[in-house]
Amino acid sequence: MKDILLKVENLHASIGDKEILKGINLEVRRGEVHAIMGPNGSGKSTLSSVLAGNPAFTVTEGSATFHGLNLLDLAPENRSHEGLFLSFQYPIEIPGVSMVNFMRAAVNAKRKYFNEPAMSATDFLKMMRQKRAVVELDNKLASRSVNEGFSGGEKKRNEIFQMAVLEPQLSILDETDSGLDIDALRIVSSGVNKLKTEENATIVITHYQRLLDYIKPDFVHVLYKGRIVKTGGPELALELEEKGYDWIKEEIDNKF
Amino acid sequence: MSNSLEQYLNLYRDLSATVDQGSAPALNRLRGEAFDVLSGTRLPNRSDEGFEKTSIDDMFAPDFGLNISRINIPVDLAASFRCDVPNLSTLMGVVANDKFIPTDTLLRNLPEGVTVMSLTKAAIERPDEIAQAYGSVAPITNPGVALNTLFAQDGVYIRIGRGVRIDKPIQIVNIFSSATPLMAARRVLIVAEEDSQANILFCDHSRNDGSKYLSSQVVEIILHRGAAVQYFDIEESSADTSRYCQMFVDQHEASSFKSNSSTLLNGSTRNEFNVNINGQHCSTGLYGMAIASNKQHIDNSSNVVHCAPRSTSNQLFKYVLDDNASGAFEGNIEVTPNAPFTEAYQSNNNIIASTDARMYTKPQLLIYNDEVKCSHGATTGQLNAEALFYMQARGIPQAEARTMLMQAFMIDVINTVTLESLRDRLRHLVEKRFDNTLACPTCKGC
Repeated sequence: MKDILLKVENLHASIGDKEILKGINLEVRRGEVHAIMGPNGSGKSTLSSVLAGNPAFTVTEGSATFHGLNLLDLAPENRSHEGLFLSFQYPIEIPGVSMVNFMRAAVNAKRKYFNEPAMSATDFLKMMRQKRAVVELDNKLASRSVNEGFSGGEKKRNEIFQMAVLEPQLSILDETDSGLDIDALRIVSSGVNKLKTEENATIVITHYQRLLDYIKPDFVHVLYKGRIVKTGGPELALELEEKGYDWIKEEIDNKF
Repeated sequence: MSNSLEQYLNLYRDLSATVDQGSAPALNRLRGEAFDVLSGTRLPNRSDEGFEKTSIDDMFAPDFGLNISRINIPVDLAASFRCDVPNLSTLMGVVANDKFIPTDTLLRNLPEGVTVMSLTKAAIERPDEIAQAYGSVAPITNPGVALNTLFAQDGVYIRIGRGVRIDKPIQIVNIFSSATPLMAARRVLIVAEEDSQANILFCDHSRNDGSKYLSSQVVEIILHRGAAVQYFDIEESSADTSRYCQMFVDQHEASSFKSNSSTLLNGSTRNEFNVNINGQHCSTGLYGMAIASNKQHIDNSSNVVHCAPRSTSNQLFKYVLDDNASGAFEGNIEVTPNAPFTEAYQSNNNIIASTDARMYTKPQLLIYNDEVKCSHGATTGQLNAEALFYMQARGIPQAEARTMLMQAFMIDVINTVTLESLRDRLRHLVEKRFDNTLACPTCKGC
């Protein structure tokens, strides 16, 4: 068996006074693809935000270990340097900051973190060109402001492009399929699959089984009321697609 | 309440002959009237409307020296220019404290029909021309103007002849350099004749960190029919420099005026922009950018008066305030009954980057006829927390992400500069300002 890349134990997190994550346990090994499903408001996006270090949330209990490091102690930028990547459900528009400057800052910050010299302009542009091809991203988008005026599909492709550039060890895709038409879904998921190796891992957060036709999970978890209440193989996703979440809700609500 | 004018009036009483001696009759002509105005008034303080956040009275209260007897204060120009002055091919003149010094290249390369010279020299050589224009736009009843008129002994005179269009920007570098506290009464007179076109760039620098400086500057600009002037002003002075700059613009038919004013480094600054649109089909743009940290104070006040129909004015002022900095903006548009079919817009947007920085804004519109399209508005907020997190999540350290966002915020003011070389240079200066490398340590004092 491969090494454990991420180990989350009894993770509790709140926003303001409201507790959203109520004891998450999750283990992800290198080479694995995990899907996290669950009804609206169950805490899926909160889990991804907390792992990426969004300061809007407070961790109140529990731990998260990322290839041996205490993840929760790291600033968001250092989590990124250490190989964690979050593909945002709603990528942020940043008017006035060009994609090129944004990516150059990101790439060189990572190199600095590992005591490597900044990348030359030529090498950087060459890399941008190569990585763009992964998600068929138009060259024109590179000179525009980050996500500004991008269509829903372009924004998601832009996320996967950034993932290709940063070469993370663990990618969390938060509802990457939302707002995508079928063609964009195919391009985005084929991009994700191209970036997949035996050494990295992926957590796919989604409402629908549809995305899992393209990105095949090894494990499917159901998140409900801030806890992982069920774990199974790919067949669990199919079962959810067919029967909905009500049977799980009933099962859990009756238990507590 | 104290009256800071007293010391200036006494000084003038004692030395009026010396003041006149160091100047020219066409400038001396108005001093008596200025003295009378000042004898019956005081400088504005915070109890006066429009000056709630900046007391001119306080600014002028300290005992600064004035170089009335025109002692030659040596200014090492080469050292001043080493890093900060835009690397542009310009026609350059220097105002050392309050004395105009042309550069050799300026004298050699001035195109026909273009005058850039000492105001005093012009007043001696072409007295009628100066007498006609000097003091014709800036009202001497204004206390700031009166005080400047009382002591201004030299200045800059720029005249663009009829139909002359010059591509090369005219650059005037204002430099303060003195071992003792110094006040300079700077005066600028710009006349753009019919259908002429020019780009004029001013930049303010202070040498000798620790010396206290006060600049009183009055700028008069006359645009005749069809003239187009772009006026750029970049202040990169010092924490010990106070500046009171009053601009008065008189626009005639079909003229176009654009002012782009950037305050990057300063102590305490008050800029006033007064534009009277006296002809049809004029266009006016007032743009401003204020970047302040530590205890910098920046106050911009605009007043655009539409006195003729079918003209357009646009104002955009943006501030980024950090640390204990404070900013103020008061914008005024007045559309008179004689100005139907006016389009006038005004916008002020600010970012407060720390808990102690303060911004005060007062956008105003006065409309006295029905056929207008006008808008005004102001926003003040913080850096977008979501954008910050997004950038951090991609590995960009927080401090760098903040800088990138602040810089991005200024981009639309920078983009109002249509001259590409200047726009690039301004973008570069803003970048350096946010990196805290504008006052670069390798050439301390420039």
